[in-house]
Amino acid sequence: MAEIQIKGVAKRFGAFTALHQIDLTIADQEFMVLLGASGCGKTTLLRIIAGLETPSDGEVWIGGRRVDHLPPRERGIAMVFQNYAVFPHLTVYENIAFGLRMQKKPQPEVDQRVKRTAELMHIEQLLQRYSGQLSGGQRQRVAVARALAMEPDVILMDEPLSNLDALLRLEMRAELKGVLAHSRTTAIYVTHDQVEAMSLADRIAVMHQGRIVQAASPVEVYRNPAARFVGSFIGNPPMNFLPAKKSGEEQFIVAGSTLKGPKASGDIEFAIRPEDMDVGPGGIPATVRVVEPLGAHTLITTDVDGKIFRVVLDSNAEAKTGDRLSLVPRADRIRWFDPQSTSAIQ
Amino acid sequence: MTAVTNDMPIAPAAVTDARKAGNWLLIACIVLLCVWVLLPIYLLLVNALSSPAQVTGFPKRITPSFDFGSLSFFLNFQGVGKALWNSVVVALLTMVLSIGIGAPAGYALSRFDFPGKQAFRFLVLMTRAFPLPLLALPLAVLFIRTGLDDTAFGLAIVHTTLSLPFAVLITFSLFSGIPVELEEAAWTLGCNRWQAFRKVVLPLALPGIAASAVFAFTISWNEVFAAAVLTIENRTLTAFLLQSINVSPLYLKFAGGAALVVPALIFIFAVRKYLFAMWGIANR
Repeated sequence: MAEIQIKGVAKRFGAFTALHQIDLTIADQEFMVLLGASGCGKTTLLRIIAGLETPSDGEVWIGGRRVDHLPPRERGIAMVFQNYAVFPHLTVYENIAFGLRMQKKPQPEVDQRVKRTAELMHIEQLLQRYSGQLSGGQRQRVAVARALAMEPDVILMDEPLSNLDALLRLEMRAELKGVLAHSRTTAIYVTHDQVEAMSLADRIAVMHQGRIVQAASPVEVYRNPAARFVGSFIGNPPMNFLPAKKSGEEQFIVAGSTLKGPKASGDIEFAIRPEDMDVGPGGIPATVRVVEPLGAHTLITTDVDGKIFRVVLDSNAEAKTGDRLSLVPRADRIRWFDPQSTSAIQ
Repeated sequence: MTAVTNDMPIAPAAVTDARKAGNWLLIACIVLLCVWVLLPIYLLLVNALSSPAQVTGFPKRITPSFDFGSLSFFLNFQGVGKALWNSVVVALLTMVLSIGIGAPAGYALSRFDFPGKQAFRFLVLMTRAFPLPLLALPLAVLFIRTGLDDTAFGLAIVHTTLSLPFAVLITFSLFSGIPVELEEAAWTLGCNRWQAFRKVVLPLALPGIAASAVFAFTISWNEVFAAAVLTIENRTLTAFLLQSINVSPLYLKFAGGAALVVPALIFIFAVRKYLFAMWGIANR
């Protein structure tokens, strides 16, 4: 049982603030993904939880115990590093056994746990090899097995798949999800890859400039971005944004057409996902710039009032450069943002 | 088209000629350098391994006769045994001191950020900038006052100051070559800082540390100035030879020279890979 609570954690490096007052609770056995562009502070936050970095402010609690003053070895965590960090002078067997030997576990138990985790990660035939004789994917498996063999309360992963090639990454992703669900540990996973985040997470914490912008389920993060940044960061292609001019009570003019909007005192911003529009009469007038058929659907980049506006249509849709389309947004999928605070308006 | 095909062989021929000349120049330089280094060593060995009569006689031999008369006479010479022993003791002490002090400094330089780090690195190198003769007199006075004069330990301290920069820089590059993630992984797997160092960093750095120790040994073994100034009764081999070689017969000089050069050569050869690494020359 290990719930993780992060209370008001901040980290400053000299004049630079890497993390501003982070508050986050991760439930027992939850798979939490910290997602953000490089330099957003996600790795720093993970390292603070691991104890490899000390917070400038705030508290870290793991399983009801305050741990921010404890060294990593006393926190009940195990960590998987981006560059694997498999010890090159030890065999795969001794790498996996390393943590258990530090806990002075009897040899039969060490042996049993090493064999079991090796089997789980499909590396039982590599146990006598050294790290130099392994491929990147195999090294990654050893690193995960070494963490799992500890049977930790919390497993922390820092971009564990980013050094693997695309195909292997896909395979490991699915396997990792299965193994971790089976092991019933709480997991925190850092990545900059939104597809990885969406496919693995129970909950995604989207980070931006040292703050958590939104922490919610993958679908919620995708459908209802809490801030403009989340909408523009998640989704490929990302959300479309257009200025919305207030024309009356809950009435807004977006690119010439009038839409019903939320209660607001002034002008706001209209947002819609590219796949949430249909071609029909009385919509947003758009000029087609680029047509990219992708098989299952067709991505069309258009121009609306001089702004780039993307729409994903069925691959049967016929459109060519220079065509004028009328795009009708689905009413229930329209989102509105406050242009000043950039947060969503309900 | 024909013009082009006719021209084709001419241009490459000129290029080949230039390349050939360049190759010859390179080979000539290499041969010259090798002769420069190897010829004295060769002559030294030939004469050390020849009988006293052959060394002083004429014509000179080109191959050694493997007569150990000179060497055995040298080894049985009054004071040589003791000087050899002194040399070994001083060199071993130097080795222990420079690794004991140098390796932690190298580790700190590679792992920690501290104020004045750059200045510290510079100062480590600067210790080599002071000529030893300049320091010899004040050191001798200081050593006589503190009772360190004419002791193996006193001389080892001086030799340590000479070898320490190398020990620091070699171990610094060694530790920098070991990813910090390996240590962090060890911490998360239940190690404290010292255990992580002993179980992960040390096994990986050990060959390099040994090399750096051997290098310190060699520096001390070869050092003559401080040894000659700071010791009287307990002379090291170099100081002993400096003192007595002028009055010795020729074959004894050769034997003494060989006794100094050969161990140093073997040691340097054994650790060459790490010295290359320190100087930034790729060796693979």
